[in-house]
Amino acid sequence: MNILNILDEIEKVDGEIYERLNPRRAAMKSFFNAGKKISLAALPLALGSMFQKAYGQSNPANVVEVLNFALALEHLEYNFYNRALLSTGLIPAGAATGAITTIRTHELAHVNLLKGAITAANATPINLVEANFDFTAGGGFADVFTNYQTFLKVATAFEDTGVRAYKGQAPVLKGMPVLTTALQIHSVEARHAAHLRQMTAAALGVGLKPWISLGAGGVSNDTGIAAVDAVYAGENNTIQATIEVTGIATGVTRAAAAESFDEFLTGAAVKNIANLFIRTGFKLS
Amino acid sequence: MKNTELKVKDELQEESLFNGSLGRRSFLQFAGASAAGLALVAAGCKKDRGYIDTTMGATLDFKDDFGVLNYAYALEQLEAAFYIQVASAPPAAFTATQKAYFQDVQFHEIAHREFFKKALGTAAIGSLEVNFSSINFSDAGSVLATAKTFEDLGVAAYNGAGVRLTNTTYLVLAGQIVSVEARHAAYVRDQISNGTFADLGTLSAFGASDSNGLDGALTPDKVLALAGPFIKTKINVTNL
Repeated sequence: MNILNILDEIEKVDGEIYERLNPRRAAMKSFFNAGKKISLAALPLALGSMFQKAYGQSNPANVVEVLNFALALEHLEYNFYNRALLSTGLIPAGAATGAITTIRTHELAHVNLLKGAITAANATPINLVEANFDFTAGGGFADVFTNYQTFLKVATAFEDTGVRAYKGQAPVLKGMPVLTTALQIHSVEARHAAHLRQMTAAALGVGLKPWISLGAGGVSNDTGIAAVDAVYAGENNTIQATIEVTGIATGVTRAAAAESFDEFLTGAAVKNIANLFIRTGFKLS
Repeated sequence: MKNTELKVKDELQEESLFNGSLGRRSFLQFAGASAAGLALVAAGCKKDRGYIDTTMGATLDFKDDFGVLNYAYALEQLEAAFYIQVASAPPAAFTATQKAYFQDVQFHEIAHREFFKKALGTAAIGSLEVNFSSINFSDAGSVLATAKTFEDLGVAAYNGAGVRLTNTTYLVLAGQIVSVEARHAAYVRDQISNGTFADLGTLSAFGASDSNGLDGALTPDKVLALAGPFIKTKINVTNL
């Protein structure tokens, strides 16, 4: 690779590249310090990180945007579980109702927390109510509130999407106290996902694990539900930061490598998924 | 060019780079020299970020991302050592599924451990010695209780350390790992008592807030104090 060529190419479209890099001494310093510690093979990764720093997007407007995006997803989840719990005969009494009630309580807490944070930043929280959602996804899950199995499939997809969504937004919040809050929500969503996967495995009689594994034949979607393929796109990845995890130690199979790291989704990919469940006029853009 | 000469030149360039102004010419000179000599420098550089010897223990220097990554590496070493012991001789009371899933978790933690070791390269701390004398590995209750502590603590550790990371790639990677740890935590908790997968009210000592629906988040000093009884190697912390 040739770093001079890369910089020359960038200069053609951005004449101020050197000025952008210049005031970012800290970024440069960490980059060059890192350069001493990593192999040449990993240099493209470090370079990418340096440019992310030079072009970083961590201004307050973006933070509010991220919080509102998260709030929209929490509205979706809360209204989904709330309607499910109000649907007589859908969720078996006992442990199942208890678990879904716990999850609904958390989603409502997240809604309120995010609303408060956005208001505190002098911005307007996005407001979505049940009528703005179509949890059948245009009829694809027509019996979502009458068929327990369908409900669990959609719930699992929502939680696994939520985990991926928060992960994907972390870079915008880098270094800020609000990042910690977002991470604290993120891992709660992962706990929900793990439990819902177990509920789904039991109700459908399938071998779904609490963690996202490799799908049949190595595909990314391990649920076997083709309608939610987009939720699991890329989850079969086994290369992290240019390091191949498969075979990194004895017994670390391709499945173990895929399971051991969850993958993020971009905001655009998450919005595409969420918009399947949001009515026209309220879709996320 | 000899390695030592290259290193001196490297340091001089670094000094001028950060103390002086950075024009295009000097940057390109630096970049060119750096790219050409990087492999040599990398091969010859000393371990100055973390090391282990019998008297000094391991040093976690939180002055930069390497300290955070070594901190994660230390915790993953602890978890991997625990699950290796569980998976090699599971409690008799474990079901077939529990045996299989604890084996899965074992390989996840080994993958995390080896990933950090490889990513850190020469900056990695050495292997930690663990102390599991308080755990009864033949008792399912003891194993599950310890697994719960390790997983909940691991989640709180990653959640609390994320804000210290300056490198976006590492931040996302930490996020990719912590959600898997949270899945482990949920699974283990459900094995102890079904439905306790996200019992945040029991995690307030780890920084969780049940009323806000927030998981644990702890600073490294608090995590290391809680993990301390399980680690024999002395861990020195600087720049926290």
